[in-house]
Amino acid sequence: MTVFRKELRAGALSFLVWSAAIGALMAVCVGLYPSMSGSMGDMSALFAGMGDFSAAFGLDKLQFGTIMGFYGTECGNILGLGGALYASLTAMGLLAGEEGGHTAEFLLTHPVSRLRICLEKLAALFALVLGLNAVCLACGAGGILAIGEEADWSKLLAYHGALLLMQLEIGGMCFGASSLLRRGGLGLSMSLTMLLYFAGLLVNLDQGLDWLRFVTPYYYADAARIFAGEALAAPILAGCGLGAAGAALGLRRYCRKDISA
Amino acid sequence: MIQTDRLTKTYGKARGITELTLHVPEGCCFGFIGPNGAGKSTTIRTLLGLLSPTAGSARVLGLDCVREREKILAQVGYMPSEAMFYPEMRVSEIIRLSARLRRRDCAAQADALCGALELDTRKRIRELSLGNRKKVSIVCAMQHRPRLYILDEPTSGLDPLVQRAFWAELEERRREGATVFLSSHVLYEVQRHCGRAAVLREGRLIAEGTTEELDLENKFFDYYEGRVRQ
Repeated sequence: MTVFRKELRAGALSFLVWSAAIGALMAVCVGLYPSMSGSMGDMSALFAGMGDFSAAFGLDKLQFGTIMGFYGTECGNILGLGGALYASLTAMGLLAGEEGGHTAEFLLTHPVSRLRICLEKLAALFALVLGLNAVCLACGAGGILAIGEEADWSKLLAYHGALLLMQLEIGGMCFGASSLLRRGGLGLSMSLTMLLYFAGLLVNLDQGLDWLRFVTPYYYADAARIFAGEALAAPILAGCGLGAAGAALGLRRYCRKDISA
Repeated sequence: MIQTDRLTKTYGKARGITELTLHVPEGCCFGFIGPNGAGKSTTIRTLLGLLSPTAGSARVLGLDCVREREKILAQVGYMPSEAMFYPEMRVSEIIRLSARLRRRDCAAQADALCGALELDTRKRIRELSLGNRKKVSIVCAMQHRPRLYILDEPTSGLDPLVQRAFWAELEERRREGATVFLSSHVLYEVQRHCGRAAVLREGRLIAEGTTEELDLENKFFDYYEGRVRQ
């Protein structure tokens, strides 16, 4: 697992920065809840009456005045966007970064198959994203316990599980894209993440775009839907399929491509 | 040790190498020369599995370059013309990484080579000059004592003292039975160290034979300018 360990060490600083930043933001958000809870009733009513704006962000279904609603909205956006950006940026650098940094020649002239190299890099991506989510879950859950609120832990864990799945799906897609590039991809990974995020908003607004629920992971990684116990098996399966297809494309392409110096 | 049979590599419409048939005997130090863009690096990278041939075949150590790439690389020490490594890693970490990727314990050999080349293993790669990065490349290519050395312009960027240490180490390996396939622009290197050589120009082999037969001393520039073909 030499390549796996190398990737973990290479990504350690980035992992620490992103997990600390996202985890800290989540903890601070949760920490603000008690001081805001007094006016939550007014805010809930305000958001519920804002028509399409509320629908886009699921505020018409989530009770913003409760800790679960507040957590799903605030912390969900932080981890949903932040975690997805981290996963996409990390995945995009895994393969394209080797050629862009001119280190592919060094790595690939050792007696290790390209398939094994790719699989160990994917395993490292999985471990880093899992680690980030573990830190953020600890920060969020720790914050809830610290302020003395009661949460529905099974729903909270289900929500975090969906966010993790979403990040892995986006990571898989970016891994596939990374195999097609010889350098860069920073803009592409961020654009893809934002595109999927906005697709998640659109699917909440327009019934005609309902098909997007099989495209964007922000559909199934939505607190309002998860807390309401909505059936999400089909979009989750579609999402897993997209992520796996991206990873498989990356494996196939990288094992066959000509490597530039 | 190396056998190509009408090996061809094209990049779309651009030519790389065309119908290259080459034979490098075991135990030989074989020079591979030609002007810039002749296809020397393309040939080497195809032998190492970094590029897929468009047509023809290549065998190294009797193994097919496409299907048995890992087995070949286990027995080859490769020095690229540009030595690039992970910039944030230290020299010692790069050398250890190379050994671990080969699943070999090369610590003793690595220490001896670093000492002979006066390489500071504590520095990070981004702090190194081109010459010192080349030294790292030498250690990575030699620490596992391979049967075949494939060297692409190995002494470019090295000072004369390091060059001397490098050639001394390589000669010792050759006396132990290793084969050397050396791409170089330096006439002196090819004349002094190589028993056989091949000349590549515009992707095609234009001459091959012993260095005496090729009369490199008098015809080196003629080969480069295409005035002489065998």
